[in-house]
Amino acid sequence: MDHIFEPFQYSFMVRALIVSVLVGVMCPILGAYVITRGRSFMGDALAHSVLPAMVVAFMLGISPFFAAVPAGILIAVLMGGVSRRTGISEDTSIGIIFAGMFALGLVMLSTGTNINVDIEDLLLGQVLGVSRTDVYVSLGLTALVLAGLYAFHRQLVYTTFDVVGAAVVGIKTRFIEYVLLALLALVIVIGIQAAGIVLVMAMLITPAAAAYLLAKRFVGVMALGAVIGAASAVTGLYLSYYVDLPSGPAMALVATGVFAVAAVGKRRFATR
Amino acid sequence: MDRRIDQPGITVDDVTVVRGGHTALSDVTFSVGPATLMGIVGPNGAGKSTLLEAIVGLLPLSKGSVTLHGSAIDKGGVAYVPQRDRINWSFPATVHDVVMMGRCCNLGWFRQPGKRDREMVCECLKRVNMWDRRNSQITQLSGGERQRVFIGRALAQEASVILLDEAFSGVDVGAQEGIIEVLQTLRDEGRVVVLVTHDLTNLAQRFDEILCVNHHICAQGPPEVAFTPEVVMELYGSHGIEFAANHYGPNVSGQ
Repeated sequence: MDHIFEPFQYSFMVRALIVSVLVGVMCPILGAYVITRGRSFMGDALAHSVLPAMVVAFMLGISPFFAAVPAGILIAVLMGGVSRRTGISEDTSIGIIFAGMFALGLVMLSTGTNINVDIEDLLLGQVLGVSRTDVYVSLGLTALVLAGLYAFHRQLVYTTFDVVGAAVVGIKTRFIEYVLLALLALVIVIGIQAAGIVLVMAMLITPAAAAYLLAKRFVGVMALGAVIGAASAVTGLYLSYYVDLPSGPAMALVATGVFAVAAVGKRRFATR
Repeated sequence: MDRRIDQPGITVDDVTVVRGGHTALSDVTFSVGPATLMGIVGPNGAGKSTLLEAIVGLLPLSKGSVTLHGSAIDKGGVAYVPQRDRINWSFPATVHDVVMMGRCCNLGWFRQPGKRDREMVCECLKRVNMWDRRNSQITQLSGGERQRVFIGRALAQEASVILLDEAFSGVDVGAQEGIIEVLQTLRDEGRVVVLVTHDLTNLAQRFDEILCVNHHICAQGPPEVAFTPEVVMELYGSHGIEFAANHYGPNVSGQ
């Protein structure tokens, strides 16, 4: 029992626990939309593309949230717009912006002065280092995302299942798409703290995919995904604390393990 | 209970639609009265689906207008069942969930479905004979059952006009009959039901009216009137003449 509670005598661990649970819950809830809409690449690209904005925040000495949140929303809108205006395929335009922005961020990191941040933590996540401000901002953004998801739930569900039918009944499908991208950008920025730019993808899609294998209804995928995500994040946090692993890879590995168990379990159950 | 309601018809007036630089539909004018089951037939690429999309406002009209009972198309009043390949079948939803989507447009932000919505969905599920399968995942259903679910969603929406694009693709003949029977009951209640099909099957006889489309309107009327030799020849060529003669009598072949 001591091993369970011992880490939380330190306030940095309490902060890390709060953020881990938020990331573990919120990423799969949005991830349910990402996987059923086939937008995994978009999620990965969004995470990588906010790097320049985060570097700017570090240079200015402000919380990365204040730069990454508007940048994430802007990039999400830009990705959709480039594809429509140039006529090139959407995955190509996402790839171009993704690689270009990530490269810009890396160049800024290598040439910038006054940047007091470990690149590895940024890329792979280090939840043990979150500040009090980060916790408050994460809680605020979580509330905002949940309110947005609740307000637009029926429209989001309709457009995900049948975008043509949704347009006919009067749902503004492009607006709803941008709402989803904006919410996704917010969740990715919350997730980067724990899982890092490279591995936030694992929290976004892997628990949701495991839940997708097991749940029959979309709300079930969201709920079960949130449970799997939170369990993976908290387990990863313990591994990070006790084995001194970077938090992102630890959480990603646990989530991948849960997915593997779900996939094998479903196959066995289905073939019986 | 008497479900018959006063329903409007659709009027399409001089509509031209340009798609990707070429004219998909040219000077299309027709009207469908209430309580009509209409089939839109024509060869592949003739603009049948384009016509439906123009009616529901998914495509901009280069010219002309579409009105519902004299006024512009009201979003909630028209239900549209898209072609099956336009539905995201990887979305995990039960039969009940899909029919409940029909109540979506009647609810404002933050409002969740209430008792009346749930009762409505139950009734619609029963009417399309999907009540027993309400908890089944939509992906587990046959083609015909899926179409019945979408018709249920249109009913839940309380639409007075129901448009179905390629409703019979991937649906076996027996199930097609079941769908036609459901659509006929909706027609009998006063609704306008318009269905696109690219096959000139014997089901055409079950429609009240046929609209023959090949980038323009070739003919409109009851099947036995609309399918003249000239029309069938234009739509389907000589194979069509032979087929139509077998199904609609020798007058179609001009003999």
